[in-house]
Amino acid sequence: MRRRNQKIRICLLSSVLCLLSSVCFAQTLSSTELINNAKQYDGKLITYSGEVIGDVMSRGEFAWVNINDGQNALGVWISSALAQEIKFTGNYKSRGDRLEIVGEFHHACPEHGGDLDIHGRLLRKIASGRMVKEKLNFDKASLSFILLGALFLIWILTLFKRK
Amino acid sequence: MILRPRLEDLKIIGFYLGKIILGLALTMVIPILIALCFGEINPALDFFISIEISALLGLLLIKICQTNKDLNWMQGMIVVSLSWVVAMILGAIPLYLSGHWKSFLDACFDAMSGFATTGLTLVQDLDHLSYTHNLWRHLIMFLGGQGIVVIALSFFVRGSSGAFKMYVGEARDEKIMPNVINTSRFIWMVSIVYLILGTLALGLTGIFNGMKPLNSFFHGACIFMAAFDTGGFSPQSQNILYYHSFAYEVITVILMVLGALNFKLHYHLWMGNRKEIIKNIETRTLLVTIIATFSVVAVGLAQTGIYPAAAMLFRKGFYQLISGHTGTGFQTIYAQQFGADWNPLALVGVILAMALGGAVCSTTGAIKMLRIGIIFKAFKEDLKRIIMPERAIVIEKFHHIREVFLEDKLVRGALMITLAYIILYGLGALVGMFYGYPFLEALFESTSAAANVGLSCGITNIDMPAMLKVTYILQMWAGRLEFMSVFTILGFLFASIKGKR
Repeated sequence: MRRRNQKIRICLLSSVLCLLSSVCFAQTLSSTELINNAKQYDGKLITYSGEVIGDVMSRGEFAWVNINDGQNALGVWISSALAQEIKFTGNYKSRGDRLEIVGEFHHACPEHGGDLDIHGRLLRKIASGRMVKEKLNFDKASLSFILLGALFLIWILTLFKRK
Repeated sequence: MILRPRLEDLKIIGFYLGKIILGLALTMVIPILIALCFGEINPALDFFISIEISALLGLLLIKICQTNKDLNWMQGMIVVSLSWVVAMILGAIPLYLSGHWKSFLDACFDAMSGFATTGLTLVQDLDHLSYTHNLWRHLIMFLGGQGIVVIALSFFVRGSSGAFKMYVGEARDEKIMPNVINTSRFIWMVSIVYLILGTLALGLTGIFNGMKPLNSFFHGACIFMAAFDTGGFSPQSQNILYYHSFAYEVITVILMVLGALNFKLHYHLWMGNRKEIIKNIETRTLLVTIIATFSVVAVGLAQTGIYPAAAMLFRKGFYQLISGHTGTGFQTIYAQQFGADWNPLALVGVILAMALGGAVCSTTGAIKMLRIGIIFKAFKEDLKRIIMPERAIVIEKFHHIREVFLEDKLVRGALMITLAYIILYGLGALVGMFYGYPFLEALFESTSAAANVGLSCGITNIDMPAMLKVTYILQMWAGRLEFMSVFTILGFLFASIKGKR
């Protein structure tokens, strides 16, 4: 009887722990998973992570941030205070900060004209972005010079033919 | 008896093709200037290489095929269809060199999509693409929208009857001015004035929306080119959804509609003849078809219940519909949402709108409003004949810049092109179904490619079969040139093999 009670207690404890972990450290969902199963996640608290791309578009007390997880980019509506933590955004010359967002997912957001978006509540910077230094591609430079030489040769030949 | 083409034919074709290639090479100077402004070294090299290859090819063709003779109809048509294929290959070189396209075929797909103002794309990691390459993607839409031949006519080809043959070959059978060179220049003038106004409007809206000024005006210029030329590319992977802005959506809708109007109508509006917009058969037909197809989409979306508020339903439904009808391809929903959230009825509404297109002598593809209007008038005329007494003379007229009597020749032409488009949409859908895609989605993507729209329900992606990519490239090419040039080149190839000397 005592052993049975102990088993029940262990089961209960592990169930509570599982539930807690699912709330605080929910598994990150991919953008494809969210878009393809939008109805299922509508209005739910989800975790989404990826690189900030483009501009951080400030709109008064809030801001739009677009986060790309490598599959798609999703729009995240966050408070301007949270947006201030973003230092780098992704483009040709930089890699953006990688963020983890906990927020409410909207299949068709009533506040934003039916957009599929996330209203972020918590933001955590996973990795800081950086500037990307562009190195000259010598192969391309060489090819360019060779072609320039060929073009020059054609021009000379044309002049010769005219004479 | 079919005659085999002579060497003289090939020389004339090669000479004019060379001139068009030189025109294309010249346009690559613009991205080089942008690369220098933004300090993008490797992208600049990509364009140096491309410009050199283009100039080499163009110069060689002109020198080898030197001639003083003018083009005949067949040669003019072949020059046009070949110049679009050559433009695709040369335009794909800088894209491929950037490393953002998986294969040269993918780069060719995007180049054809750009020139044909379609908007379907196979780019990878678009959000990290350089300003230079991004500008090129949009610039080829701008160039393709006005017509590659129009560029050459404007700058390289002196006034000749051959110029008119090339102009017609590019699916532009209406002269705005008495001379095609002046017509080409007028098309450029209209486009550049709108470019300045559109970029300003979008740039300022971008700043107001929180974008950095430089980025905002760059995006403004790119989005203008894609909207007015009914292309549909965007500098970011989320397309118009990236901006999260109602104002941006409104401005792009206006630009898309302006792009879908006949350049001849623009000319009359510029000359102060505002009544023309109300009387013209094309604008009237466009209004009717927008209302009809939007009704189908709205009922379909209401059935799904994904947009519970009417305003939300209108914003999402109307935007995708106008984008499809004008042949632009801008999206404010993700491609997968068409399949996952929209029901078959709503999809059919968008497919119908895409299949119909905008006005003739505009930058849109598809069947076009003038033909739809003519076919409708022909039905009306036949109905009248049935109803009225046998002795009655039934005459049907329509207004397109001037009053035009409905002749059998006009109706036949309209029906022929309409039939050709329907076959093209169907063939693409068949190929899609052959690769296992559902009928409606295959038809959606096929219509989008052949009508040069660019809306996607998710089939177009880098992993789709190579044969399907080739099919869509051919559809975009044939759809943009409205078949005649493509038929001519097929006939030319047949004559080269089977013809007698």
